[in-house]
Amino acid sequence: MSQDLQSLLDELGPLMVDGSPHAVALGLKLDKLSPGTASMRVPYREDLIGDPETRTLHGGVITALLDHACGVAAFSGFGGNDTPATLDLRIDYMRPAKPNLDVVAEAICLRSHGLIAFVRATAHDGDLDDPVAIAQAAFMISKASVAAQERAKRAIARGEAI
Amino acid sequence: MRSDLLSTLMAAPYVSKFDVQFERMGDELTGILPFDDSIVGNPLIPALHGGAVGAFLEIISTASLITGQKLVRLPKPINITIDYMRPAKAADVYARAIVARSGRRVANVRAEAWQGRRQAPVATLHGHFLITPEGEIEDG
Repeated sequence: MSQDLQSLLDELGPLMVDGSPHAVALGLKLDKLSPGTASMRVPYREDLIGDPETRTLHGGVITALLDHACGVAAFSGFGGNDTPATLDLRIDYMRPAKPNLDVVAEAICLRSHGLIAFVRATAHDGDLDDPVAIAQAAFMISKASVAAQERAKRAIARGEAI
Repeated sequence: MRSDLLSTLMAAPYVSKFDVQFERMGDELTGILPFDDSIVGNPLIPALHGGAVGAFLEIISTASLITGQKLVRLPKPINITIDYMRPAKAADVYARAIVARSGRRVANVRAEAWQGRRQAPVATLHGHFLITPEGEIEDG
């Protein structure tokens, strides 16, 4: 069963990133997705700089990366069936990300049950023991996302593009 | 009011990329995140990306800090908590921040983002920012 879930995640994981325009705009890349964990990176780019003086990435880029990595980890925690929405997200910014380095977020879904999932993530720029930021988030399966998913499934069944 | 720091913020590549605008009425600052396909998170609903809304709340918090007092440089976030109340629709987002407390090193900020009705926020933020007020001795 875990093998089946892994193959489902292998199939759907990339869609969770490439199918999200904001993730594409920031250049997010999914490195790894397995049941309950996700690893995602944002490649360093000039247009994502938040402070021209220090050339460090904007805090918002780290926020979006952590939110997305946690969301994908929650998605895998829910068994790859539902796209969860963020309920809340707390981020501690330990230090600025170093210029010219990619930032990687490693997210773990601690528990997913019923409608709610709890996720924790660490963002680093090469050394997991020297984090840029840590995050704790809760997600829920919303009515809106379930409805959207059903519409999408019906469209696929009719052979339409979504 | 240090409008030069506000222009530094607005000129930051990430802030200008999403075309964040500010409207100032007296001492009140409203941020505007214009709708664009690039801020959509889930196109099936469609809903804006939580990260984009969170980043926008961080930007209005920073902007309110630098317009409210004289700072030497841009504030740095220490920690933030974002609560997502409802899905953000494919439309412009507005936000305002309140500087709840501003000390010599750290400021405590609360911010709210809304779309249709101000009374129905899509997300709120509360957080701490490291600040460097003019005249204060800087740490390293």
